[in-house]
Amino acid sequence: MISIRGLSKAYATPSGKLQALDGLNLTVEKGDIIGIIGFSGAGKSTLVRCINRLEEPDKGSIAIGDTVLTGLKESQLRQARRKIGMVFQQFNLFEGKTVFHNVAFPLKVAGCDKATIRKRVCEVLELVQLGDKEKAYPSQLSGGQKQRVGIARALVNEPDVLLCDEATSALDPQTTYSILELLRDINRKLELTVVLITHELDVLQHACNNVAVIEQGKIVETGSVDKFFLYPESDTARRFVHIVEHYRKKRFAVEGVGAGI
Amino acid sequence: MRDDLLELLWEGLRQTLYMLVWSSVFAIVLGLFLGITLVVTEKGGVLEARVVNRIVSLAINSVRSLPFIILIVLLLPFARWVVGTSLGPTAAIVSLSIGAAPFLGRIVESALKEVAVGKIEAAKSFGASPFAIIFRVLLPEALPALVRSLTIAVIAIAELTAVAGAIGAGGLGSLAIRFGYQRFREDIMFATVIVIILLVQAIQWTGDSIAKSIDRRRHRTE
Ligand SMILES: Nc1ncnc2c1ncn2[C@@H]1O[C@H](COP(=O)(O)OP(=O)(O)O)[C@@H](O)[C@H]1O
Ligand SMILES: [Mg+2]
Repeated sequence: MISIRGLSKAYATPSGKLQALDGLNLTVEKGDIIGIIGFSGAGKSTLVRCINRLEEPDKGSIAIGDTVLTGLKESQLRQARRKIGMVFQQFNLFEGKTVFHNVAFPLKVAGCDKATIRKRVCEVLELVQLGDKEKAYPSQLSGGQKQRVGIARALVNEPDVLLCDEATSALDPQTTYSILELLRDINRKLELTVVLITHELDVLQHACNNVAVIEQGKIVETGSVDKFFLYPESDTARRFVHIVEHYRKKRFAVEGVGAGI
Repeated sequence: MRDDLLELLWEGLRQTLYMLVWSSVFAIVLGLFLGITLVVTEKGGVLEARVVNRIVSLAINSVRSLPFIILIVLLLPFARWVVGTSLGPTAAIVSLSIGAAPFLGRIVESALKEVAVGKIEAAKSFGASPFAIIFRVLLPEALPALVRSLTIAVIAIAELTAVAGAIGAGGLGSLAIRFGYQRFREDIMFATVIVIILLVQAIQWTGDSIAKSIDRRRHRTE
């Protein structure tokens, strides 16, 4: 479904060239829900922003289905972006628009007619359990509700792919779980391919089937979530899992033999 | 005498309002155009064009660095060409619009820059065109800030009408100067000042209530 080959992106900084992505390869299967995990500065946001070309890659190719995004002109890119939903850490809702008009935005810019817009918006608001909030403004919503609106807005155009950059990092644990559950639910119901960028193990554990580990702009490990926790290979994966391991050992020491996981 | 005073004031106010309304309309249209151009053409803007940005910015700074009274004189031939005369309130509208537009351009620019880049990115990610981003995201999101800034600008234009009045444009400014300064009619001068103060208050109050009602709608609690 998503195929990324040799993706490179450098930023010019006052202290010289910064290679944020360095010949990165990644394949995501259709209908998968994959977590891309890495420490801060590893290049996660750059990667996800390159996928829909909010950031222009220096080198490499990105294809979604049969569409090679890296070869598209501006106007074609706009068309292609309509089939790639994006959810943001800071929600990025339009404060001057009601929930309804926030969610309607992608359809309006695509030129849909009023009846279609109303029907689709109501459907997705139902899906994210905000059917009763269509007239509210974002400032009147909780963080979790705001992110549900963000998700509804990303889904309204029936995309093939949903990109989420730290979609739960601004939320408390309880809300995080409910949002992750929602994403799983959507993944199943809509057979949507979902890419979850994260630096939290919780996200892998509760939402993902597969995981790709990113380190200094490269994917250094891919596989199932189980494999990630049981047999971490890369440095980054070990450091992440080590934290869990540390507490498991502690618990073992406190409770003695027999303390299971 | 009383009637005389009232009549003078009424005539002055009428001319001032005439200049103020039309100059504001033209200056706001020009200012929105300039401000939007500045924001979208800057580095990383939705229609990045840095040469255009430099030129517009330079033009704005040049006009703004001239004192208004000199600008009026410079624009006299242009006003004559546009409206057929270089005297009176109609000619002043030409100078006022052009004189105030660069200032408006800057305040529109700063209001639009307050819109978080994340919202613009979100719009882009949903396939919005630059045109859609300007009219469906930038302007609506900046609306309360725009209304507040434009209120300041309209008040500034009201002040400029008085300056224009000093060199023959008519209106309250000209009244104050002709009678108060040149003929020592302090009663007229005083009355004029009161009317000007009330006018400025009315503009501020109108702008504030519009901005407040937008804010209240967006932040009302249910
Ligand atoms: N616009 C930018 N300009 C310069 N450097 C950037 C920019 N965006 C990201 N970087 C740098 O690129 C690297 C990768 O950043 P990012 O993709 O945001 O990492 P992550 O999301 O994994 O924390 C970091 O070192 C970051 O400082
Ligand atoms: Mg990031």
